[in-house]
Amino acid sequence: MQLIVSFAVGLVFGLGLIVSGMANPAKVLGFLDLAGGWDPSLALVMAGAIAVGAAGFAVAGRRTLSWLGLPMRLPSNRNVDRRLVVGGLLFGAGWGLAGFCPGPAVVALGAGYWQAGVFVAAMLAGMAVHEAAGRFGAGHKSDF
Amino acid sequence: MRIDWLQFTPWAALAGGALIGLAAVAFALLLGRIAGISGILAGLLRPDKGEAGWRVAFTGGLAAAPFVYSLMSALPALRIDAGVPALIAAGLLVGIGTRYGSGCTSGHGVCGLARFSPRSLAATLAFMAAGFAIVFLMRHVFS
Repeated sequence: MQLIVSFAVGLVFGLGLIVSGMANPAKVLGFLDLAGGWDPSLALVMAGAIAVGAAGFAVAGRRTLSWLGLPMRLPSNRNVDRRLVVGGLLFGAGWGLAGFCPGPAVVALGAGYWQAGVFVAAMLAGMAVHEAAGRFGAGHKSDF
Repeated sequence: MRIDWLQFTPWAALAGGALIGLAAVAFALLLGRIAGISGILAGLLRPDKGEAGWRVAFTGGLAAAPFVYSLMSALPALRIDAGVPALIAAGLLVGIGTRYGSGCTSGHGVCGLARFSPRSLAATLAFMAAGFAIVFLMRHVFS
C-alpha cells in the first residue's frame, strides 16, 4: 500500500510540474531572470501549491498517526541556522546555473532528456560527498 | 522590471501548483511524510532497512509523469540550454546544497512554507536570492 501511494503521489507531483511548466528549465530561468523579460509563473506555482498545502497540512499537523496508521514524521525544527542558509545559497546557485532542481530533473530524465541524466548523476554525487563528509563528523541529520 | 506577458502562464501555473500541493498533502496525510524530493533521493544512496521501497516508488512516479501526461496530451518540449560542464557544476551544487540546507524547492519551498516554518522561509529566501544572483551574473554581466 505504501508503495502504491508513494508511486501515485510521485506521479501527481510530476504531472503538476509538467502542467505548471516547471519541468522546463527555460521557464524556471525566465522566473529567475529579474532583469530580463520576467516570467512570474513560478511564483503562482508556489502560491497554488502553498494554498492547497496550508489547508492540508493544518489537518495533517494535528494528527499523531496518518490515515494509513503510520507515524507522522513531519519535521519539528523551526530554527534558522548558518548551515541552513549556506546550504540554501549553494542550492540556489546550482538551480540558477542550469534551471534544474531535484524534482523537475527526475521528470526531465523520465522524458528522456540526456542532460537531465548528467545533472542527476552529478547531484547524487554531490549528495554522496555530503554523506561521506558526515562520516567524518561534518554532517548532520537532515529535516527531510 | 519588465514582465514577459507572452511567457507568463498564470492559469497553468496555478493549476500545476495546486496538483503539487495536492500531492504533498496526500503524502503527509496518508504516509505521514514530507514530500521533500532532495531528501527522498538522498535517502536512496544508503537507505535504512525498509526505507528504500517507497523512495524508489515515489521517484518512479515522478519519472513516469511524462509518459502518463503524453497519454492525455502532447508533452511540451523542454529547453535545456546548459552545457555539460554547467550541468555537472549545477548538479554538484544542488546535491551538496540541498543536503547541507536540509531541503529543496519541494521540502522547504512548498511543504515548509505551507506549514509556516520560519526555517523553510529562510531557506527559500536563500535559494531564491542565490538563483536570482547567478542568473543575473550569467545573463547580464558575463554574457
